[in-house]
Amino acid sequence: MPEFRNLTLNFGPQHPAAHGVLRLVLEMNGEVIERADPHIGLLHRATEKLAESKPYNQSIGYMDRLDYVSMMCNEHGYVLAIEKLLGIEVPERAQYIRVMFDEITRILNHLLWLGAHALDVGAMTVFLYAFREREDLMDAYEAVSGARLHATYYRPGGVSRDLPDRMPQYQPSRFRSKKDIERLNANRQGSLLDFLEDFTERFPRYVDEYETLLTDNRIWKQRTVGIGVVSPERALQLGFSGPMLRGSGIEWDLRKKQPYEVYDRLDFDIPVGTNGDCYDRYLCRVEEMRQSNRIIKQCIEWLRANSGPVLLEDHKITPPRRADMKGDMESLIHHFKLFTEGFTLPEGEAYAAVEHPKGEFGIYLISDGANKPYRIKIRAPGFAHLQAMDEMARGHMLADVVAIIGTQDIVFGEIDR
Amino acid sequence: MADAQTLAASLQTHFGDRLSSCVTSLGEVTIEVARENMLGVFRDLRDEPAFSFEVLIDLCGVDYSTLGMDEWETDSATRSGFSRGVRRVRPDTACHKRFAVVTHLLSIRNNQRLRVRVFAEDDDMPVVDSLTGLWASVGWYEREAFDLFGIVFEGHPDLRRILTDYGFIGHPFRKDFPLSGHVEMIYDEEKQRVVYQPVSIEPRVLVPRVIRHDHRYEHADEQTGEQDDA
Repeated sequence: MPEFRNLTLNFGPQHPAAHGVLRLVLEMNGEVIERADPHIGLLHRATEKLAESKPYNQSIGYMDRLDYVSMMCNEHGYVLAIEKLLGIEVPERAQYIRVMFDEITRILNHLLWLGAHALDVGAMTVFLYAFREREDLMDAYEAVSGARLHATYYRPGGVSRDLPDRMPQYQPSRFRSKKDIERLNANRQGSLLDFLEDFTERFPRYVDEYETLLTDNRIWKQRTVGIGVVSPERALQLGFSGPMLRGSGIEWDLRKKQPYEVYDRLDFDIPVGTNGDCYDRYLCRVEEMRQSNRIIKQCIEWLRANSGPVLLEDHKITPPRRADMKGDMESLIHHFKLFTEGFTLPEGEAYAAVEHPKGEFGIYLISDGANKPYRIKIRAPGFAHLQAMDEMARGHMLADVVAIIGTQDIVFGEIDR
Repeated sequence: MADAQTLAASLQTHFGDRLSSCVTSLGEVTIEVARENMLGVFRDLRDEPAFSFEVLIDLCGVDYSTLGMDEWETDSATRSGFSRGVRRVRPDTACHKRFAVVTHLLSIRNNQRLRVRVFAEDDDMPVVDSLTGLWASVGWYEREAFDLFGIVFEGHPDLRRILTDYGFIGHPFRKDFPLSGHVEMIYDEEKQRVVYQPVSIEPRVLVPRVIRHDHRYEHADEQTGEQDDA
């Protein structure tokens, strides 16, 4: 029988552990990876080109579909870039709402990452637990925007509407008994803030549950400790950001270092790893969920105490109130102009970045004074991370590639754009 | 974040004539570098302690060929009709090269950002130098700019297409490439496989591109600290 030494293995694009449509061409010596060549672009939708052909407000929905597990953070980067060019200041209440939903989004993203990563490595239960909590947070999304995933909630100048006073209720059906309905609706009797507060009270206990399942788990440690080690110098060279950078021991978080919105008024800590392996990045992200929970609590407290506008009153940029349009000619004209032509940005260029759950999400916007962007470049964190796949996987076993894809928190919507 | 004006001043003193321009606007510093100086300037930006831009955050291509052109073209407007309040802008395209590569750098040590623009000399065959020797993260960004704009990076070890399909023709983010593309993919029942055919979509403009000079949103600090040596 001939002896096979070098083997080229095609991994994906349809593979449950490829997190979407990643095609990896792996050159292997036995079971050891010698070279990994990721082929991307199978989900390329030319978001940037589409945005160039539409007025600014019509592209907010495209941003949701970039990284489709952290929707509102993408929108945030986009509206920040527009606001920077317009030179407008967002009402304070809107800033708190945005921060609160950014952190809800961070938990949503990390929960999906945790569940999928653990599932890839062989732990089934965490996935089910994580999705149980995601359900509550997506209900919060639904309550403010009407959509559970692609919210399109942020607007240049604020957020599209204020937080609702009432949560949507479960309706009786023949599949659910009256008792079940009462149980499901028990924490939905108050406003959205009551619902979220109830969640933040429960959530630390849930994180403890995940940690009980994983942190000291022997199999989990065998699969993650010492896998995909990246030194701090290499992490900078490779353009890492977010938990990938912090896992390697570099304390860098845009929320602290270049604070936007109200992050400088909130109290939270930045977890940092020491070894730069998959296990440290896991610990960082789990701690980030706890910190996000803290931030949400502070936002709820502020939002309860302070009311006010959530959208700028400048009707060249934001739509006028529906009731005004019925009697006021000027409001009608504003509405018509805004929804047909949109608003124009002054000439110039701006780069706005947010601390997205995956890293630094940036929008580079060039405007030539038109109602559409001249060029928009989306800086997706996952793009730089996936690029390092070759370096991180080299010398590891095939099964570790799956752990590395998991730890990089790959989502193809943002990588392929 | 470190002060943009300070960074701009130290850039000007350090590089002098090697910068074609240095603009501070909206708290961001943008420098323009000619291709023959770019590798030296980028190396200094990375290694000099005053700058120490150890992370290359982003690199992208830009096609400047239709900058400042609107789409408000009608051939049936009345001569005595309403003014549309739109000033026709016809930019002097001759002053611009068509393709540029824009790089965003981040310094973690000094907590500052910088934007560097390098124009490619030749519009038909845009070539700039590759930065793969300086930052490992630039490899895919350059492949992307090559794929979408056709900008060639000299010295790149593996300049392949990255986002478009295998065997794709053209560079889709150029301004003369239609939004709906040139070919579409269908399943051919007879041949029992997927084939390409010319697109059946008519290109159309839903909302015309309009350029208005809305002075309310213009910034007072715009275009300060400009230096024009080029």
